[in-house]
Amino acid sequence: MIKPEVYHTLGLNDQEYKNILKILKREPSPTELAMFSVEWSEHCGYLCSRKWLKLLPKTGKYKTLIGEDSGGIIIDDLAIIFKMESHNHPSQVEPKQGAATGVGGIIRDIFTAGARPIALLDSLRFGPLSHAYNKYLLRGVVDGIQFYGNCVGVPTVGGEIYFDESYNGNCLVNAMCIGIADRKKLARARATGAGNSIMYVGSSTGKDGIGGCSILASNEFGKGDEKRPTVQIGDPFTEKCLIEATLEAIETGYIVGIKDMGAAGLTCCTSEMASAGNSGMDVELQCVPRREEGMEPWEVMMSESQERMLVCIKKGKERAVKQIFLKWGLKANVIGNVTADGFVTIRDIDKIEARIKAHSLTRAPVFDMPYTRPKKLKELNSLNLTGLLLPGDHNKILRKLLSSPSIADKSWVYGQYDHMVGTNTVVLPGSDAAVIRLKGTHKAIAATTDCSSRYCLLDPYEGARIAVAEAARNLVCAGADPAAVTDCLNFGNPEKPESFWYFKNCVEGISDACRAFRIAVVSGNVSFYNESPKAAINPTPAIGMIGIVSDVKRACSQGFKRPGDVIILLGRTLEELGGSEYLKEIHGLVRGRPPKLNIDLEKTIQKTALEAIEKGLVNSAHDCSEGGLAVALAECCISDKENMIGAVIDNLNYSMRTDALLFGESQSRIILSCKKEYAWKIEKIAKRNKAPFHTIGRTEGNRLKIFVRRKEVINLPLEKLDEGWRGSLKRHLSIIPRN
Amino acid sequence: MKFGILVFPGSNCDQDCFHVVKNVLKKPVRYIWHRETDLSGLDCVILPGGFSYGDYLRTGAVARFSPVMKALADFAAKGSTVIGICNGFQILLEAKLLPGIMLRNKNLHFICKHVYIKTENNHTRFTSLYKKDQILRIPIAHNEGNYYIDARGLEDLRNNNQIVFRYCSATGEVNDQYNPNGALDNIAGIINKHGNVLGMMPHPERSAESELGSNDGFFLFKAIFKWLETQKHD
Repeated sequence: MIKPEVYHTLGLNDQEYKNILKILKREPSPTELAMFSVEWSEHCGYLCSRKWLKLLPKTGKYKTLIGEDSGGIIIDDLAIIFKMESHNHPSQVEPKQGAATGVGGIIRDIFTAGARPIALLDSLRFGPLSHAYNKYLLRGVVDGIQFYGNCVGVPTVGGEIYFDESYNGNCLVNAMCIGIADRKKLARARATGAGNSIMYVGSSTGKDGIGGCSILASNEFGKGDEKRPTVQIGDPFTEKCLIEATLEAIETGYIVGIKDMGAAGLTCCTSEMASAGNSGMDVELQCVPRREEGMEPWEVMMSESQERMLVCIKKGKERAVKQIFLKWGLKANVIGNVTADGFVTIRDIDKIEARIKAHSLTRAPVFDMPYTRPKKLKELNSLNLTGLLLPGDHNKILRKLLSSPSIADKSWVYGQYDHMVGTNTVVLPGSDAAVIRLKGTHKAIAATTDCSSRYCLLDPYEGARIAVAEAARNLVCAGADPAAVTDCLNFGNPEKPESFWYFKNCVEGISDACRAFRIAVVSGNVSFYNESPKAAINPTPAIGMIGIVSDVKRACSQGFKRPGDVIILLGRTLEELGGSEYLKEIHGLVRGRPPKLNIDLEKTIQKTALEAIEKGLVNSAHDCSEGGLAVALAECCISDKENMIGAVIDNLNYSMRTDALLFGESQSRIILSCKKEYAWKIEKIAKRNKAPFHTIGRTEGNRLKIFVRRKEVINLPLEKLDEGWRGSLKRHLSIIPRN
Repeated sequence: MKFGILVFPGSNCDQDCFHVVKNVLKKPVRYIWHRETDLSGLDCVILPGGFSYGDYLRTGAVARFSPVMKALADFAAKGSTVIGICNGFQILLEAKLLPGIMLRNKNLHFICKHVYIKTENNHTRFTSLYKKDQILRIPIAHNEGNYYIDARGLEDLRNNNQIVFRYCSATGEVNDQYNPNGALDNIAGIINKHGNVLGMMPHPERSAESELGSNDGFFLFKAIFKWLETQKHD
């Protein structure tokens, strides 16, 4: 008789245990219980989220591919495969290895699809840097990403970093990988054909990360918990060899299916590959290479040792495939075969340790979670601007915003990442989106990650729509047509109805926005239980989006390029300060409603900007986001350290609060710069698309000057802007002294 | 006229070098697996960047024991052309095909960015298409690029004109401010006494196409090809 304490410890509740008894019609063995516990964990089984994830569109204007572990789109003869995944809890516990193995895991999801990984992005969130532990986390996570990504030879080309109190005690580390493949040579993560062989390849199995996904990813953090032993250790060198060996093996045509042993290791691979192929699988654990003695069968099945994969190989071709892995110094053992009975059978020296229908493991129960609108929201949404003091010195405020860690220059971070290996990075990190060329074509991919979690906290539906719109806008600024999305949904405990309400509304927001833009969500990941003892994190549905640049020579970046250009603002500016960085940094308020998103307006802006860029009329393009117009203009001036260019903005004739005009975050706005003689051509395009078009100033000199209704409100030398913006992260990390 | 790109497990700039020779320079090229022992038929061997064997030990310390290294030493001893880039340079140092050692970067971080280097010696088969003192814009990407050699060694390098590239400003000032990694005397690249083995930390293959922001590095590959061709005619 298995005691409730045992299955409770494994994360199973009484009802789930009853279901297991019903499925097996007997008591589970310890190995079987362990297998159910990980496959039915939220992390693997998506019990709470599945119902809502069905809302997300799977088709769009580009032809999509939806695989078992990743998805993508088809461009000509190329498949572009990409996915974003969280590694939040491991990173909070052990930032370097947590982040490193997050990167490793997402890379494996891409190359096991047969695609060569060509770019990485990271969406990171931490508590404020005033806390020592958050500094440790930032340093550790950056160290982990550089340690893994640099060695494995996949460039880290972009991402985002935000700081907010809500991530105290629960940082977010979401890693995204993009790969490319010949569309005819893609691989699936399934086992088919009774009699075909099952081969284990990669590193050997140890006790690291046992129960990592069920324990770490599916529970909140209690205070002072000691969870270090459940974090895995990354080995990027082995991963690099795995990439090369796997792609070489897939090239032979002998591979039926292949899957990364990520969360839930061998349990996940055996059951999910069998289930996806409507097959069974018979595996002998004695054949699994090990790095530790005395491992119990359930430990072998649960281990999350890194850099391992399971491969289904055509019968008779085992030797040829094994040779390839051996050549790369990797272990490769046949550990079993595909069966027709639909059961996953696990043996240990022939003794049957587990025998479960593959489908019953993978078809975890679906829960219809209750949700309710949070009570605190009414108060949070109320914001009375009349009571808000108008600032006297806008220069001071601009400098303060530029040096706020969320807005400040991130080159201290991406300068530690090899962002050029592969010789495809055409627009380097530090602009709205990275651009990666596709060798052998004239095309390129642009990629970005986006999410304003503060907006989502104040209005999850609107916030999620804005995340999608802003990601698309970033891509447009790089000269790309937004093409497809991967999402990484980071939320609190789904068993709390208020928390689940955020999840439901964000998913609906993403779904509606993606449908409006006609872009599919091709892959994604859900991370629940992001809570510290104090509270849940801000709802953070990180959007990873890729777009297609039709001519790589037209790829665009955010910095002004030359003096004497005209500066254009596309879009409408309204008096919207709710949820802004300005309110938070200057007035200490997280209140109001996020800016309104008008999708039709957004589309006209994006269409206009893209058309102008594709026609070669534009010298720079930058999205207005956190910090509003003034911050965006400053970034245009100073983002290229070697070529900083001043600006005079003297045509802003709006009647509204000056702080709202300068720092409000109205959506659907893009700043363009162009040669004087091209401005009318862009205006014509804007008129045709019915996009609001304003010539607001020109590039000139070595200061940023902004006049509002003829009154000078900003006048700062570029060095002053640069000093606050570029040095900020290092000052916060005490690498250079604070002023 | 054939180029070979040496591939160690963990090399990760091998395909980038291959691409430049094949598609930009448009010359024949093949990969050399680290277990090969026969380099005949090749005219120039490139040791690419990356993390050979993970570089969990001192960079290049394991790679130098690869079976191919004996053949490479013979290849170099014959006067054939060898260039080591980044990890390739580190391996050439460990294999003693070039003098000196690499230390961790002064700031103890990996550094990836565009830098400027000055062509100190343009009388080599690698740099003949650059002017003396020509400034090149070229990326670096490494953890250990802090070149060091003892005083006598440095004296030797100087006397024999073996210092080929030095880190500098966009306008050519060579000083500490423009030394990204702490390398002694701002050394970015050196050549052996015989003039046939070059090691450099910056990546010419990453700056061989103007699409990527600079094509300064292309002329290094082109110079090698030009030199190899004159050898054929002699």
